[in-house]
Amino acid sequence: MTPLLFTLIVASTSYLAGLLGSLVGVGGGIIVVPILTLFLGVDIQHAIAASIISVIATSSGAASSYVRSHVANLRLAMVLEIATAAGALSGAFLAILISPRWLFVLFGSVLIYTAWSMSKRKDSVNITLPPDPLADRLRLHGSFYDPATRSEVSYRVTRTKLGFAVSYIAGIVSGLLGVGGGIIKVPVMNLAMGISIKACTATSNFMIGVTAATSAAVYFMRGEVQPFIAAPVAIGVLLGAKTGARIMGHLKNDLIRWIFVVVLILTSIQMLAKGLR
Amino acid sequence: MKAPQSPTGSIYDIESVISNLLWWGVLASLLLIGIGTLLCFVHSNDYGVHGGNTSDLQALIRPEAVMSFTLAGFFHGLVSGQGQSLIISGLILLIATPVLRVAISVVTFAVEKDWAFVVITSIVLLLLVFSFFLGKIG
Repeated sequence: MTPLLFTLIVASTSYLAGLLGSLVGVGGGIIVVPILTLFLGVDIQHAIAASIISVIATSSGAASSYVRSHVANLRLAMVLEIATAAGALSGAFLAILISPRWLFVLFGSVLIYTAWSMSKRKDSVNITLPPDPLADRLRLHGSFYDPATRSEVSYRVTRTKLGFAVSYIAGIVSGLLGVGGGIIKVPVMNLAMGISIKACTATSNFMIGVTAATSAAVYFMRGEVQPFIAAPVAIGVLLGAKTGARIMGHLKNDLIRWIFVVVLILTSIQMLAKGLR
Repeated sequence: MKAPQSPTGSIYDIESVISNLLWWGVLASLLLIGIGTLLCFVHSNDYGVHGGNTSDLQALIRPEAVMSFTLAGFFHGLVSGQGQSLIISGLILLIATPVLRVAISVVTFAVEKDWAFVVITSIVLLLLVFSFFLGKIG
């Protein structure tokens, strides 16, 4: 295979990864890293570094409109971002201490968790929300205008400290494995912190870019971002995600989601196998 | 159907402008990366001549392939139209975009006199800036 062919293959598969990812609500990184490492013979450190770059692109590309329309909760994002960014730094540093084998195992585990999380029914759970003086003091509660229902949606934020702790873990996963980490944060924000689901995904989308930039800086200065690999990944994933967002309304999401769950499980088995062999 | 106006009008207008800057930053960086990649293949032959061959590919993706980044080499590469340097400039811009976004938030919170959040956002900014230096050491 020549570098030219490699670049074209990586760009097109990254495009598909971004497209599929945005349809089911995950980042392209979850798909890109296995493809690069399992099928294209790329070293996992380079794959993770390239993936984290694409995460910045996708997040920044989408987040602008979320922040502008206030669906993303900027204040909450900044508070949690202290934890996520610290986690990302921790993760990026752990990455050189952990041997590549274990990165495969960890990645496979995160894929299983993602498959499980996606297969659960997303019911709106009516939970009693305990009061949170910290959220009150920092005025984290939010509201936004939902064009779908043409009404103002208000929500109160609770269990901020739990959100903080989970954000730190999500940050580690992001910095260590080159993924967004939203799949860990969003369920907690929605189910435990009482935040309306659209605000969760929008806020998470915005946060992910900042988190990824933190670990990307570390990878970049360490020289692990290979332009040859990162360039087609970044462009492909962003274009795919943008396309996915556009066609999202026209497709039946459930079938795609189940196909994705199956693919995730198969991929995670392969990643685990590669790490544990 | 337009969304209702936000109470503190002018601050949120600034936020609108900033949000657009985020998007333009991403677009600009991707253009640099795209053009840089093109140059690599057709001009500066960073990836081997005429699309390269199999051993060129192996050299590019082997685990030990570390992108040695020196400012001098980078600027020299930019001036001579070396594709990789252009890609690297795009990557730097891409990583810097969220950093700039957070920095601007520090200012907007200061304008709103929301000192708790000036502190909170500054901590995030510090972590981001720190990551560049920690990366140098690590």
